[in-house]
Amino acid sequence: MDGSVVLITGTRKGIGRHLAEHYVRRGAIVAGCSRSDPDWSLDGYTHFAVDVTDEAQVRKMVAAVNKQWGRIDVLINNAGIASMNHVLLTPAQTAQRIFATNFHGVFLLCREAAKVMQRRRYGRIVNISTIAVPMHLEGEALYAASKSAVVTFTQILAREVAAFGITANVVAPTPIETDLIRSVPKEKIDQIVERLPIHRLGRFEDVANAIDFFVQPASDYITGQVITLGGIA
Amino acid sequence: MTEIVQNQPTREQVVALIVDSLQELLAMDGAGESDAVDEETRLLGRSAVVESMGLVTLIVEVEQRLESDFDVVVVLADDRAMSQSRSPFLSVGTLADYICQLLEEQA
Repeated sequence: MDGSVVLITGTRKGIGRHLAEHYVRRGAIVAGCSRSDPDWSLDGYTHFAVDVTDEAQVRKMVAAVNKQWGRIDVLINNAGIASMNHVLLTPAQTAQRIFATNFHGVFLLCREAAKVMQRRRYGRIVNISTIAVPMHLEGEALYAASKSAVVTFTQILAREVAAFGITANVVAPTPIETDLIRSVPKEKIDQIVERLPIHRLGRFEDVANAIDFFVQPASDYITGQVITLGGIA
Repeated sequence: MTEIVQNQPTREQVVALIVDSLQELLAMDGAGESDAVDEETRLLGRSAVVESMGLVTLIVEVEQRLESDFDVVVVLADDRAMSQSRSPFLSVGTLADYICQLLEEQA
């Protein structure tokens, strides 16, 4: 990854922060974003305070990254929000908020980054989904539906940008010890882990490992694919 | 008195940028008479000099060049993109008009 330019969304904490650190360690130039500034900094990492649902802000960030480093090799759309609730008790505004970040933000980042990538006829896009999609987890209807949209979007995007040398794939993690699942009751998490072929929570390293596979230059014949962690098909 | 710096390209500059991008695209594809490109050159429809993927590549290239050459950031996206009668991407001239209109709205 030496000298590769990697753009990651949602880097303030959780998986995003771990991925930023991971790719800096691997020698990449890493740019990341979140709505507010993180309480950490790292040599080789540049942060942008950006709301991924805001077209103008996304456009400006991608332009700034391109201007500073001349290209974007890898885009990892990690930013996401979850909300556990029964469908009958979910506010319409929550549904809009979830789709704005989890889907609309991914669309904007993919569109803008792919424009930069196509100039060099090279790019790797990895979008993050969830096992809640194939497992149809109760209480996660809106979250899973927004991520399901990400999967379909990525598979069609993969076809549309293939001619530009850009691949687009999805990693669907199991629950991981992050803020995102902190609000989920422990017994609920235990139940999910029990239903996995591999009975443990995911680790940051598991996510990074799957992404590493998709973003390596040798994976230029791998696109439109979903890697689901934990053994879920 | 402070001089106002005008970064915005003129219509002529926009047309030149589109023509240049299109000529480069056509040369890459090894097709078309590059010197025949002007404002009337069609980008959509039966007499279009590019196919649909070529049009996508051209639009993105123009957007990127506006950014690198003039430091202006515009998004050239329109729901009528592939519509042959009302698309702003119908010809080099209509594309230039569309870009100038977007830049004016931003100013």
